Amino acid sequence: MSFGNGEPSENSSSWTARARRRAVEALPPDKLLPDGQPAYMASWIYVFGVLTLASLIVIIASGSILTLKGPGWWHFTGVGHFFNSIHMWSVELFFFFMVIHLWGKYWMAAWRGGRARVWMTGAVAFVVAVPCALTGYVSQQNFDAQWISTQAKDGLNAAGVGAFFNVTNFGQMYSYHVFLLPLAVVGLVAAHILLVRKHGIVPPFALADHGQPNAREPEPGPEPVQEPGAVPAGSVS
Amino acid sequence: MSRASRRREDEADRNWTGAYRPYDILREATIALGVVLALAVVLSLLFSSPDLKPSTVQSWSRGDPVDFVTTATTELDATSGTGGYGPPYNHAADGQHVAFVYPAKWLGVSHPINTAKDFVLAPLRSITGQPALSAAVSTYQAAPAATQAGWTTAYEKGLGNAKVAPDGSVKVTAGTYGPLPVMMRSLLSFAQSGGLDGALLADRQFYQTDYTRPLLFMADGGVLAKRAEQQHLLGTQWGMMNETGSYPGQSWLWLYTAWYQIKPFSTSANADVLVMGVMGVMSLAFILIPFLPGVRDLPRRIPIYKLIWRDHYRSTPDTPA
Repeated sequence: MSFGNGEPSENSSSWTARARRRAVEALPPDKLLPDGQPAYMASWIYVFGVLTLASLIVIIASGSILTLKGPGWWHFTGVGHFFNSIHMWSVELFFFFMVIHLWGKYWMAAWRGGRARVWMTGAVAFVVAVPCALTGYVSQQNFDAQWISTQAKDGLNAAGVGAFFNVTNFGQMYSYHVFLLPLAVVGLVAAHILLVRKHGIVPPFALADHGQPNAREPEPGPEPVQEPGAVPAGSVS
Repeated sequence: MSRASRRREDEADRNWTGAYRPYDILREATIALGVVLALAVVLSLLFSSPDLKPSTVQSWSRGDPVDFVTTATTELDATSGTGGYGPPYNHAADGQHVAFVYPAKWLGVSHPINTAKDFVLAPLRSITGQPALSAAVSTYQAAPAATQAGWTTAYEKGLGNAKVAPDGSVKVTAGTYGPLPVMMRSLLSFAQSGGLDGALLADRQFYQTDYTRPLLFMADGGVLAKRAEQQHLLGTQWGMMNETGSYPGQSWLWLYTAWYQIKPFSTSANADVLVMGVMGVMSLAFILIPFLPGVRDLPRRIPIYKLIWRDHYRSTPDTPA
């Protein structure tokens, strides 16, 4: 908000002003939407993060259509079955891309340089995505749902989880599947991406002693070769 | 790697001070979305998705009436899987445990099920206009527990040699079964007409979304397992991570399912809680990899990173020989 002179308020007692200042400090626009990346980001492994994100978008879009038409629609119409197939295959792609993404980041030790939270939000997103998918499988209203729910109940009951997460209760599982767990996954993925934007992608291991990474004291390196228009930032990968 | 070295590396890796290259994040995201959408559409057109019709109590009682009646009898004397399950369904057992840890028992009976009442007696009581049936149910309920157990045990033995008549009813050789033949004949007829599917769902309200009772009833019988075996879905066939047909299913559950294939899990009476415990610890370790000595150091010992960043190492003075 401006106060006559066109300048935004910097009132230090304002919660809103403080929140804005901290948000902009953590993620200035050129970090949030970069048009440059570190030169070492040149491998196919980097595309699997954004492919995972794209799969999540297709999952949510196809799942929203299935939700709008109701849980029985896809059993009786060709169009409904097609959207169910899109939903199922995008889930398969999501997990496929995410697993490759996770392995890639593991071998890069992508938690280095204060990026532990980036790894942890990604790992928790994977862990939460598993029950999100399971609730979808037991909400299908077909034989797969019957078999998977009657099998999965034993593990969950044995762990005490079955007391409040009953896989044979279609209504409860459907609620988890279309709202609670997707909300958690989307929230975790959003936090993960914002942390990647904030910290940038992890640099390569230093190789001062011919293949022994990080065996040297940090030294001032050569002057950076900054390309015109480039900005220091990370990647969504 | 010493703590001091790790701290120095951590500081050095915080910000990249080297070269940058042009990059369009929005274009990359849009292309990725297009690629994934195209892949999902092509896979859907080529392979569709599985949708095998669910089993019902009606289809089960018509397809395998002997199994249905046998299961119903075990529900009546609570010797079925659900009858002796324990929490969260009843107090018949303590549930699985690891040492002194009884998670199911501690969380209690949250979905109470009395198999005799919920699966047999209440549905039979809902059938009106059959005085002989009402009398049979009353006789059963009035009998001492030992007498009831004698009838059900004898009837279960008799069912071992039972025959299915052309009309779908079950013929059991004569024996001391008390009122059970009348009760089970009515229950089978009720199930074959489709009435039991509704009776198992009906509770205190009109709208129903909880299928726990019919699913547990069917799971106690052989109807689901028989179909699952045909579809390669049994626990010994890597179970629920698979899906009907030749679809990939929940392949991400492979590690969870793998434990059930090996000892001591494959032979333990507490396999489920053991596997859940192991997976819980492993999931926590997976999340905390950045802080786990050994696991966090593997990437620098196994130089896959040289493949990932080969262009970078070729073009920098640090390049290894």
